[in-house]
Amino acid sequence: MERTRGNIFSRIDWWIIALFITLAVMGWLSICGASYSYIETDFLAFFDQSERTGKQAMWMGISILAGLVLLCIDKNTYKDLSPVIYIGAIALGILTIFIARDIKGSRSWISIGSFSIQPAEFMKFATTLALASFMGRYGFNITKNSDFFKCVGIILLPMLIIVGQNETGSALVYLSLFLVLYREGMSGITLLMVISAVVYFVVGIRYGETPSDALPSMMVGPYAVTILIQAFSLAMIKWWCKHSETAKIMLLLNISVSLLSYLVAVYLIAFNLMIIQYLLLAFNVGYLLIRARINRETRNVWVAAYIVGAIAFFGSCEYVLHNVLKPHQRVRIEVLLGLKEDLAGAGYNVHQSKIAIGSGGAFGKGFLNGTQTKLKYVPEQDTDFIFCTIGEEQGFIGSVAVLVVFTAFILRLIALAERQNDIFGRVYGYALAAIFFFHFTINVGMVIGIMPVIGIPLPFFSYGGSSFLGFSILLFTFLRIDADREARA
Amino acid sequence: MNIHEYDKRKYILGGAVLLVLITYIVQLFSLQILNDQYKSKADSNAFYKKTLYPTRGLIYDRNGKLLVYNRPAYDITFVPREVKKHGLDTLELCRALNITREDFDSYMKKARKRRGYSSYTEQEFMTQLSTEEFAQFQEKLFRFRGFYARKRSIRQYEYDAGGVLFGDIGEVSQKKIDKDPYYKRGDYIGTQGLEASYEVQLRGHKGTEMLLRDAHGRIQGKYRDGALDTLPVRGKDLTLGLDIELQRLGERLMKNKIGSIVAIEPATGEILCMVSSPSYDPRQLTGRARGENHKRLSSDKRKPLLNRAIMGTYPPGSTFKTSQALTFLQEGAITPQTTFPCHNGFLLKGFRLGCHAHYSPIPLVPAIATSCNAYFCWGLHRMFGSNKYANIQEAMDTWRDYMVSMGFGYKLGIDLPGEVRGMIPNSKYYDRHLGKYWKATTVVSISIGQGEVTLTPLQIANLGATIANRGEYIAPHLVSKIEGDTLKKEYLTPKKTMAGKEAYEQVVMGMREAVLNGTCRGANIPGWEVCGKTGTAQNRGKDHSAFMGFAPMNNPKIAIAVYVENGGFGAVYGVPIGALIMELYLNGKLSEESEIKAKEIEERIIYYGTDER
Repeated sequence: MERTRGNIFSRIDWWIIALFITLAVMGWLSICGASYSYIETDFLAFFDQSERTGKQAMWMGISILAGLVLLCIDKNTYKDLSPVIYIGAIALGILTIFIARDIKGSRSWISIGSFSIQPAEFMKFATTLALASFMGRYGFNITKNSDFFKCVGIILLPMLIIVGQNETGSALVYLSLFLVLYREGMSGITLLMVISAVVYFVVGIRYGETPSDALPSMMVGPYAVTILIQAFSLAMIKWWCKHSETAKIMLLLNISVSLLSYLVAVYLIAFNLMIIQYLLLAFNVGYLLIRARINRETRNVWVAAYIVGAIAFFGSCEYVLHNVLKPHQRVRIEVLLGLKEDLAGAGYNVHQSKIAIGSGGAFGKGFLNGTQTKLKYVPEQDTDFIFCTIGEEQGFIGSVAVLVVFTAFILRLIALAERQNDIFGRVYGYALAAIFFFHFTINVGMVIGIMPVIGIPLPFFSYGGSSFLGFSILLFTFLRIDADREARA
Repeated sequence: MNIHEYDKRKYILGGAVLLVLITYIVQLFSLQILNDQYKSKADSNAFYKKTLYPTRGLIYDRNGKLLVYNRPAYDITFVPREVKKHGLDTLELCRALNITREDFDSYMKKARKRRGYSSYTEQEFMTQLSTEEFAQFQEKLFRFRGFYARKRSIRQYEYDAGGVLFGDIGEVSQKKIDKDPYYKRGDYIGTQGLEASYEVQLRGHKGTEMLLRDAHGRIQGKYRDGALDTLPVRGKDLTLGLDIELQRLGERLMKNKIGSIVAIEPATGEILCMVSSPSYDPRQLTGRARGENHKRLSSDKRKPLLNRAIMGTYPPGSTFKTSQALTFLQEGAITPQTTFPCHNGFLLKGFRLGCHAHYSPIPLVPAIATSCNAYFCWGLHRMFGSNKYANIQEAMDTWRDYMVSMGFGYKLGIDLPGEVRGMIPNSKYYDRHLGKYWKATTVVSISIGQGEVTLTPLQIANLGATIANRGEYIAPHLVSKIEGDTLKKEYLTPKKTMAGKEAYEQVVMGMREAVLNGTCRGANIPGWEVCGKTGTAQNRGKDHSAFMGFAPMNNPKIAIAVYVENGGFGAVYGVPIGALIMELYLNGKLSEESEIKAKEIEERIIYYGTDER
């Protein structure tokens, strides 16, 4: 067994450290921008402990210290301790539900002195570690149903607890771990089903009561879902059944019928387009079944089943939402999808956030010169909507720079994960990348108006000590795992 | 299971990350680069452009007396939605504002009916509360949530006279806003009189203050420390040629009579006074009673808001004979020595135009002094019959040119809106109405200021000024000085009439004779050589009483026209009123005797009946 362990600092990946520091500095400056008010102009006040910027700076210091400590903990320790950590975190999570104070309906914060921490942030770490450790075990095979469902269990348990804390947004983050399962060999169809189910749900419900501009009698949501079902099923035929010809013919048919009926409805006689769409889907099912019979293609049957299942899923979502769920439960989902804001004030947050970003123009208004963020037009501007400040003050150039650095950070994590020589390290690395990716995609997407309003922070940017510390712990643990990659236990 | 079987999935996952990046960059590009509506939305979000109103220019009279100034007034406004939300103690509000419950209901109703009513924005409740009225309310304002006070500057007048000259200001119309981007809804603009004609000078220039407003509508301070703010520029002050004491006396003398007085300083064309009767006290149109008073004045059948001095056209009667004498002399139709017979009138081939008793034959100067009708009929007859002209049409148009050169038939171009041009007929006019073959006798009444001829009192006064100047005039105007600005060129350069100086001297002599021994004896002012000409204009009802004159004869200081509708002989109203105005101007005060006369005239009432005038 070869042991080439020199100084830990010579073995850690300085690229990721550089990207981390860049993001952290950019993030802290953004918080300065977001919490700066016109009344006080003293820059030193940013370091004042009573100010949010000061608190954040302190948490950043704590996080880096914690990170340095973590660098000293050997990879094997995690492997060994992961079940304990996982069980401890789950227990803490459950405890939180009962001891946390109710803050706007959420029971996720535990106050210690003047600071509040959110245990959910550490549950991410625990879950990641547990998943990596479980999948890294000798003989693990994801294609085996028992192993697969155990993985799903590890992911779903903390999710349920966080839903119990009323932090549905944070719970959704765990869905990103399915990307890790995919990398480790989970069937692409499963991933596609998970993704498509989420998309149908979000799109269908979110725009379920938004009338179309061209056809006011028709709602955008259900129509979009039928189109998406066609797209997903065709994609399955092409890449899963590997029937390019069939896919091409059906694509042509679906597009032409949909387009023609749409044009007729908009420009000639308005009629219920949904009927055409359902007929089209029914035709697709029939066609696939006939093909399956003739060519003995079982996969075609599965695609047909997928179409029927998708329609049934979407229908039941609507049914459950409107008829089964109690009003307060429905409201929770509507809030998650940004529907609540729409009902109350025409999507105020996103609207204001788009104004703030849009007004930044190419070069922005300059550091601390944003008017929209300073004057508190964007709610949650230093937490979930922090990207607004960047958009307004740094403009297109600055925003793109942040996006690029973030993407580089995620891609670097993937690269690091790929160079691990054991499954534990790779799974951990991918889980990390997936979590960052999910936060990044949902948060920025929400702020720029193309994702529903799901209140999750932008890592290293959003104000919040627990969040920063949580992400740092995740990252520094991986740095050590990466540094130890040649060392075999 | 091959451990590397799924390695290529790293490209799918990495690709997904890049796809998200590209999608977001595209979205940012469309938000920040392609779309510029967000910028203006952000500005309207965050910037509250507060308009800083300049103070309107003041107006002084020729002696530096302040006539028109500004006074703070308070409008009470309310935001309907806020009032509804917080509730309102109506009774308490009525008590604080000293209004009745009925008033309250009617103000509310009026506000709701107004164009652009919105329950989210400030609506007018009551306007133009005085400082005293507002002071009581202000203490209690905090109790009426949703009610606000807005300070405005309104016009105030020092004297009870000159209303129709100063005019009025009011809220700018939508039509004007569409035409001139300077104005915004709710701005005040001059709508009548000098306020309208000197709007641009008086209004000054609005300033703006860029304030930052937070999401709750609270002002957070000045944007960039006021670097983009502009200060309002105060309106320019106007100095009038008007003598307010003259104006006041004029309005006093014209009480209970309909008509006008116009006095001009001949050398400059400045209006010394311009009375249109019935007149009104401009102070009635400020403050809370404004609405009611304005309604009363504008529905008054005698039209006190009409400036008869420039909008009323009347037959000038005998005052017009002076212009005829000038024309005949200049055209060689008569000489100063020419005499014409008058046996109680003009008699020719069965045509007769009456005159009063005086000796005959008579030369020009006494003809003017006694106002002989026949003399001027003969004069016109001779001129129109002269073979100097190819035909009567040419003669007529020559005559018309003389009249126009004296300022008749067209607007004189005074600095007030609404001036009318009066009527001077030309040959085409008669051709159209009488056919080609008309004769001097057909139109002869124009020579004595009757018939088709009509003038405004301003034109009659300007005739006086022209004679006083011996043949030239400067377009009459009210404003003599604009602070930091110059007058229009036409108010500085004299215009010449077609008649020569010699002709004018003859007419001056005639007018002097009229005061000494003729129809205008009542116009005599001890110590001054007054020249004058009466007019008694026939019309459907009782004759109009007119007077035109100037004083002193040499280096005249004042020219005047007085026109009293249905006042009878010129000597009855025109002459004494004209004399009193001139006396006050020349002496600076009225003699005791004149003061008694003034009081007597002031108290005289002419009954006009109830018809619209």
